[in-house]
Amino acid sequence: MEQFEPKLVAFVCNWCTYAGADLTGTSRIKYATNVRIIRFPCTGRIDFMLISKAFANGADGVIVSGCHPNDCHYTSGNFHARRRWMSFNAMLTFMGIDPDRIIFSWVSAAEGAKWADVVNQSVEQIRKLGPFTEYQKLVQSGIEEENFNG
Amino acid sequence: MDNLRQKAKELLESKTVNLVIGYENGTNGKARAVFITDPEKTGKLIYDERCKQNLAVYLNKHEVKHYGKIAIVAPLMVMRSILVLVSECQVKKENIVALGIGEDGSLLDFPSLEVVEKYVAKIPLGNPQSDQEILDKLNAMTMEQRRAFWQNELERCFKCYACRAACPMCYCLRCTVECNQPQWISAPAHPLGNLEWHMLRTMHLTGRCVSCGDCGRACPLNIPIHLLTMQQAEEAFHMFGVRAGTSMKAESALSTYKPDDKENFIL
Repeated sequence: MEQFEPKLVAFVCNWCTYAGADLTGTSRIKYATNVRIIRFPCTGRIDFMLISKAFANGADGVIVSGCHPNDCHYTSGNFHARRRWMSFNAMLTFMGIDPDRIIFSWVSAAEGAKWADVVNQSVEQIRKLGPFTEYQKLVQSGIEEENFNG
Repeated sequence: MDNLRQKAKELLESKTVNLVIGYENGTNGKARAVFITDPEKTGKLIYDERCKQNLAVYLNKHEVKHYGKIAIVAPLMVMRSILVLVSECQVKKENIVALGIGEDGSLLDFPSLEVVEKYVAKIPLGNPQSDQEILDKLNAMTMEQRRAFWQNELERCFKCYACRAACPMCYCLRCTVECNQPQWISAPAHPLGNLEWHMLRTMHLTGRCVSCGDCGRACPLNIPIHLLTMQQAEEAFHMFGVRAGTSMKAESALSTYKPDDKENFIL
């Protein structure tokens, strides 16, 4: 059987992780191609609604990454983001949505190799979890019934 | 109760306040909110175990604000809601007179909101016991069971937004659910949009919920949505050590940070 290739969306900050991912490329380090990178001004800009939109649009996993604590270009964006992620993680766990589908990391502009590791690890983790069918069922629910009745 | 009526009458007669918000006898043996401007009508005021609505929800309405100084019948949840609203610069502290109600139902004398702060600081805060018991049960379940539980409950939601209307902290004039460029949350009552709406409401109330439970009581379908915000209130306390509605200066859990916040899931 062909192995499942998950689709991952990566929300990364402009100043650290995006530059870090760039370094991965210029260092010619190969990593999994399952990830689509979206650049943000700062992790502080990454709203939890964006993550749920990614899932609704068919992502199996999401990576959120930015500057290490104390390295934020805007001083405190990642500290605020960290609190938001902690709350979001707690809420997802309470609502029974597997928080393992969202991978949070700090990757600096100098950590090209770490970015490759993060992506490879995440892809393996999501591959094990399989497609996010529970969420896709939510997206699809009602639509199939209508077609059936019509 | 006589003390409460007397105090309200004095405040209105002396023009210290222009409006008193409290509870009165409604239909079907229920208590409802009452807005009194005439000192002769303060006899309508009641306070008993039926008075569960969080009256602080009215403080931020412009129809109410236009009265200027307002007195409000304030059991603990209302006191805490007032403190949150003041800390978020939604109401002016000099415009609010809290007619405090103690846990035994007696009238408390609060000359200013600073005294309310001191009173709240002395009381052990947390979720109502009956709700906390349900939360503990839910937390003991497996992830799958919890997902089934919430999917089953939230599926019934038809997005009337009564939970939003009942909550004193949900005061945004332009709510994300009404935004359609881009459409963050699908408008019809659909399982996905329902989940997204309740996630949004819960996240926006994290660290701001005072556990009054009015969202759950407002729900016409009796979906226990108050459990979501109550759980987050506990989480915020455990993770960040802050409780909403304890001080007029406090910033909410998500609008502030500590450089050494502890987590264990960020790679």
